[in-house]
Amino acid sequence: MSELVADLLAGEHRALARVISMIEDRSPGYREIVSELHRHSGTADVVGVTGSPGAGKSTLVDKVASTYRDRGETVGVIAIDPSSPFTGGAVLGDRIRMASNAGDMDVFFRSMSTRGSLGGLSTATTDAVTALDAFGKDKIIVETVGAGQNEIDVVRTADTVAVLVPPDSGDDVQMLKAGILEIADLFVVNKADLDGADRTVGQLKEMIHHRTDASGPEGHGTDDDGWTPPIVETVANAGEGVDAFVSAVQDHLDYLDESGRREEKVRSRYAAEVRTLLREDANALLAEELEARGGVDPAVDRILEHETDPYTVVADLIEPLESCLEERRQG
Amino acid sequence: MSADQEQAERTIRCLVAKVGLDGHDRGAHVIARAFRDAGFEVVYSGLHRAPEEVVQAAVQEDVDVLGISILSGAHNTLVPKILEGLKEYGAFEDTLVLVGGIVPDGDKEELRSLGVAEIFGPGASMDEMIDYVHEHAPERN
Ligand code: B12
Ligand SMILES: Nc1nc2c(ncn2[C@@H]2O[C@H](COP(=O)(O)OP(=O)(O)O)[C@@H](O)[C@H]2O)c(=O)[nH]1
Ligand SMILES: [Mg+2]
Repeated sequence: MSELVADLLAGEHRALARVISMIEDRSPGYREIVSELHRHSGTADVVGVTGSPGAGKSTLVDKVASTYRDRGETVGVIAIDPSSPFTGGAVLGDRIRMASNAGDMDVFFRSMSTRGSLGGLSTATTDAVTALDAFGKDKIIVETVGAGQNEIDVVRTADTVAVLVPPDSGDDVQMLKAGILEIADLFVVNKADLDGADRTVGQLKEMIHHRTDASGPEGHGTDDDGWTPPIVETVANAGEGVDAFVSAVQDHLDYLDESGRREEKVRSRYAAEVRTLLREDANALLAEELEARGGVDPAVDRILEHETDPYTVVADLIEPLESCLEERRQG
Repeated sequence: MSADQEQAERTIRCLVAKVGLDGHDRGAHVIARAFRDAGFEVVYSGLHRAPEEVVQAAVQEDVDVLGISILSGAHNTLVPKILEGLKEYGAFEDTLVLVGGIVPDGDKEELRSLGVAEIFGPGASMDEMIDYVHEHAPERN
């Protein structure tokens, strides 16, 4: 076992922090580390919190973390913010809202940017969750702006996904229709102190009703098998509704366990992980092979001259791999 | 193969921290944005942080650079507390600690001797600070 892994498992915060950096940077050796940590993971509950910027996610996460702490549980938080498409840099501001857990090292809060898009933000997040889980965190919260497919993939890796919808946010309800509705295990109407909260709750109720209609027991719904997403109203900055949120999460986790859905979810998560890694590694391997043969440009030149075509180029690259694998399968 | 490929250029991570009762945050914002534009990842602490919170953030975020912004005059008590905390968690050795804001010349030597790498006052140029970080960010492997 590497020293870093031993230190992490022994509860050293610095080692955990360094491991997450290695995961983000994909530093040499990070794979071996995640492999070693994997067998120590699998006990934490993972909660995804998503919603538009300013919805109050970080404020809620701070309060939820402190509620878990009051109950004697340890908490890990990963908060993801977009990085600048121009410089790759980022200002990560989620930590500003972390006020209830000041100086409490048993809340491990880590800010991440979306830079990991080359290797997949969801891979980096999944690996960071594995590290927090192996460290022994009871609850892990992942905060992300539910903007693109990338981020949807991220929260999807959580056991329970909470979607924040601020009052009277016409746009957001539109966005919900485009994909986020399907992944929500519970809805949070935060800023319930503002006008329009009742209306938003009403709209959500209607939407959930339609969804259960369309995908009811006889339907062909996405993940409907007896769970109807509840709607929780919160005033996160005042701490109101936080207990209700925490119990709604617990209800969902209990449902997952009792229905056997948790096991299914874990299975499909691991399957997705294997596929993603395989795709990445196969890609990398073949990209290297292409490079070794002089890169893509000479091939394109020949395609332009109609000496060859894209299919033939790819077939040439794949052929050795194919026959090698075939041989091994037969041998 | 993967080892080479995974050795992409490491992104420099910084924590820009406001500590104590100091409400002057313009400088911290300016720095945070300039660092972002230089391609760094900047965690901003927000105002009124206790030294322990700054330590907690620096340790957990595993930053290469901890930039403490103080214009209140309380640097002589707050900065040593932060440095002590970093040592406690084994983070002092590989974190570049900078102080920005209003620090009288007479206090600079003391801060440096405690382990602050550099001090930047009003009018310090962005390019100078960014170059400094590029040159002095700790080597890691
Ligand atoms: C604007 C200002 C205010 C604004 C602040 C607005 C805000 N949100 O920031 C207001 C009016 C609120 C204010 C209030 C007060 N202020 Co005032 N304020 C100033 C002033 C005029 C300019 C500060 C500023 O914004 N500069 C512009 C920014 C961009 O520069 P900067 O912060 O210095 O940052 C640069 C560098 O220092 C460095 N830097 C800063 N941080 C960091 C961090 C890192 C990581 C790095 C690398 C570099 C770095 O890089 C920056 C870019 O070059 C200064 C005087 C001065 N000329 O500095 C007084 C000054 C700081 N204030 C002072 C005082 C006393 C006060 C008050 C106590 C006044 C009072 N009696 O009410 C209150 C306290 C408020 C509080 N809660 O803390 C004194 C502090 C004296 C001291 N330290 O001994 C000063 C020096 C004025 C003076 N000569 O007496 N203030
Ligand atoms: N009125 C009101 N403001 C809130 C509430 N929750 C959070 N806020 C404020 O909304 C702003 C954005 O909150 P933040 O947690 O950073 O949102 P995030 O971008 O979704 O993480 C902050 O100024 C919060 O203080 C709430 O329930 N009611
Ligand atoms: Mg946030």
